[in-house]
Amino acid sequence: MEATKKEHELIVSVSPHVKSEETTSRIMWTVSLSLLPALLSGLYFFGLKALFITALCIISSAVSEQLFMKIVGKKSPVGDGSAFLTGLLLGMNMPASLWSFSPFTAHVPVIASFVAVVITKQLFGGLGFNVFNPALIGRAFALISWPKAMTIWMEPTASFLAMDAKTTATPLGVLKEAGMAELIKVFGDKMNLYQHLLTGNRAGSIGETSAIALLIGGLFLLYKRYITWHIPASFLGTAAIIAWVFGAKGSFFAGDPIIHLLSGGMMLGAFFMATDYVTSPSMRNGQILFGAGCGALTMLIRLKGGFPEGVMFAILIMNCFAPLIDRGFKSKVFGAVKPKAKEAK
Amino acid sequence: MGLATFKGGIHPPDKKTLAANSPITEAKPPKIVVLPLSQHAGAPCKPVVTIGQEVKKGEMIGEPGGFVSAPVHASVSGKVVAISEFPNAMGRMVNSIVIENDLKEEWTALKDAPDYMNLPVEELKEKIKAAGIVGLGGAAFPTAVKLSPPKEKPIDVVIINGAECEPYLTADYRLMIEKPKEIVEGLKILMKVLGVTKGFVGIENNKPDAVAKMSEAAKGEAGITVMALEVKYPQGAEKMLIKAIAGREVPARGLPMDVGAVVQNVGTALAIYEAARYGKPLIERVVTVTGEGIKEPKNLMARVGAKISDLIDECGGLKDDVAKVVAGGPMMGFALSSLDVPVTKGTSGILVLPEEGVVHAEDYGPCIRCGRCIDICAMGLMPSMLSILSEKGLYEEAKAYNLFDCFECGSCAFVCPSKRPIVQLVRLAKSMVKP
Repeated sequence: MEATKKEHELIVSVSPHVKSEETTSRIMWTVSLSLLPALLSGLYFFGLKALFITALCIISSAVSEQLFMKIVGKKSPVGDGSAFLTGLLLGMNMPASLWSFSPFTAHVPVIASFVAVVITKQLFGGLGFNVFNPALIGRAFALISWPKAMTIWMEPTASFLAMDAKTTATPLGVLKEAGMAELIKVFGDKMNLYQHLLTGNRAGSIGETSAIALLIGGLFLLYKRYITWHIPASFLGTAAIIAWVFGAKGSFFAGDPIIHLLSGGMMLGAFFMATDYVTSPSMRNGQILFGAGCGALTMLIRLKGGFPEGVMFAILIMNCFAPLIDRGFKSKVFGAVKPKAKEAK
Repeated sequence: MGLATFKGGIHPPDKKTLAANSPITEAKPPKIVVLPLSQHAGAPCKPVVTIGQEVKKGEMIGEPGGFVSAPVHASVSGKVVAISEFPNAMGRMVNSIVIENDLKEEWTALKDAPDYMNLPVEELKEKIKAAGIVGLGGAAFPTAVKLSPPKEKPIDVVIINGAECEPYLTADYRLMIEKPKEIVEGLKILMKVLGVTKGFVGIENNKPDAVAKMSEAAKGEAGITVMALEVKYPQGAEKMLIKAIAGREVPARGLPMDVGAVVQNVGTALAIYEAARYGKPLIERVVTVTGEGIKEPKNLMARVGAKISDLIDECGGLKDDVAKVVAGGPMMGFALSSLDVPVTKGTSGILVLPEEGVVHAEDYGPCIRCGRCIDICAMGLMPSMLSILSEKGLYEEAKAYNLFDCFECGSCAFVCPSKRPIVQLVRLAKSMVKP
């Protein structure tokens, strides 16, 4: 019988027998692609140094993952793009000034990448099992270990090849040390300040400065439904409200939320770091709480803490709560019987 | 306003064009039929024939083994040659009666009833029961049981399920195009039996001509509404259909009758009509033989008990790159390990998939907690957690995540970017704990 000829070759598996085209690696590479505008902006403002730091992070991440998998004898997952994305995000979260040979600080990105990929991700069980955002732990480790090197900020350079740019303070640094009046003075006037914050022509980590470039990437991810509005909106919304209510010294409801939203790592954090699938809650309503927590903690650190910027620590702290939030916000089962209705019967 | 539907769901490519335009054709009479005594949900039948006995087409050969059961009838005339265990489509060995076709196609005496609508309710019910009718959508639940709800669960709405939300399958679609009047008659019988004044036919809107045909057939019939539904899988799941059409939520772990609804597939409605009108038992059904791996996709009227391999041969045979043959649709059907198994009352399709597009079960990754499965789960579950807990052997914990509310529609596994075998893990967990 013709039909039974090939029977022994038939694949038998549990339904469903068709699957969507979406894959984990496609998600990772798409998110990486969405970071391209912000990366290009970083390269434009911080030049070749920024390129070296980012490339160093990506290569170190991929290599350390590869080596670790080899040592523990597991199949390498480098092709899934997760280590690339972690390296890219880590690089974009570092100051370009790290590319320096006297004092020598070029090892910082390498060690931070190792901490991010091997310690934060692989030692916790690999992709899907890490509690904390790997790139942010890598950055936090670097900041705590090399506090000076991690807070030397280059002035945005006019020349791509310039290797000896002047250093300066970040807008949030100025705000923390000298106050709002001084910050506005540095940039001339408020509109000028907004403009610099939007375009990215200001001191900061490589990929965090251009709010417009980050928004383009973020909106792309929203459009592709790779992320939903819940975390970015609640993150930014909460931060904006707190900045407006408590942002000004001496009086309530006089703060400037725009400066806070556009400066520091707010945009990068809200759209690309806090939305990391693994380390944020899975339930949409839980994500709103998660995002609000990120926003509130960021502003608490910025306004009351010792650091000028709080996005990184805020997200890391909320990462701890993600599993708890997921327990609290279980999904509503179709046809769930209300206890009261049961009693009434 | 959008079309009626439910919350969640997915949009797999529907692939219906492969077989949609091929009218239902009679399959060649099988030389031999293997009739499993358990092809319905519930108790298996007891054989009432002996080896060597001559039987006629439509003769009862297996009597119901309990209240939730349905008799089995000879689908050909001929001689009983074996009563023994044979594998079914799920790979289980099932006690079956084998009949060698004498090709005379001699029917047993059937009770004709031209005025079937005036028969007493009890007699109609008896006819449906005696005809061995079960749900033809795939679950194969005995229809007569659904028609005898307990007193405290009054039924006030009957829904005919024409959603056919499984991709590829076109059996119900062809029936609605070719036999709309008969389906409406089946619905009227159901409404009469259940004493209900509201009847609905729900059809996914990717079949506008079926909606048109059914609407035309239902024109002037009191209380019958044909509704176009949003195209979304699993729209044809009972609970989702009742939600979309009647706006009622069947309680978790409950039955449609808990909200006063009875749902029957279009094929079942036709079988009910034929049983009431002609006394015809359920011995044949429409089977869509389709997929990219079959040479000539067709909708065949096939005898229950016919070999799946024969139906495949009748459709030109398999193409060279075939990787998987599925009994049923791609979302919930069973992959066959052998094609030498019989068509049963619940076989809605035979789907042949080529190597390209088949995702191999072993190539899956860890859950990245993207939440896609949670967003689309029609039952409001957290499939990601169910799969993780089952993988870790934490079955009791999985139960706390409403494991037993899952009806295994497969939407979660469809959207999962890590290609996790979520349905398989759910089934494993279900088998390890008591509900």
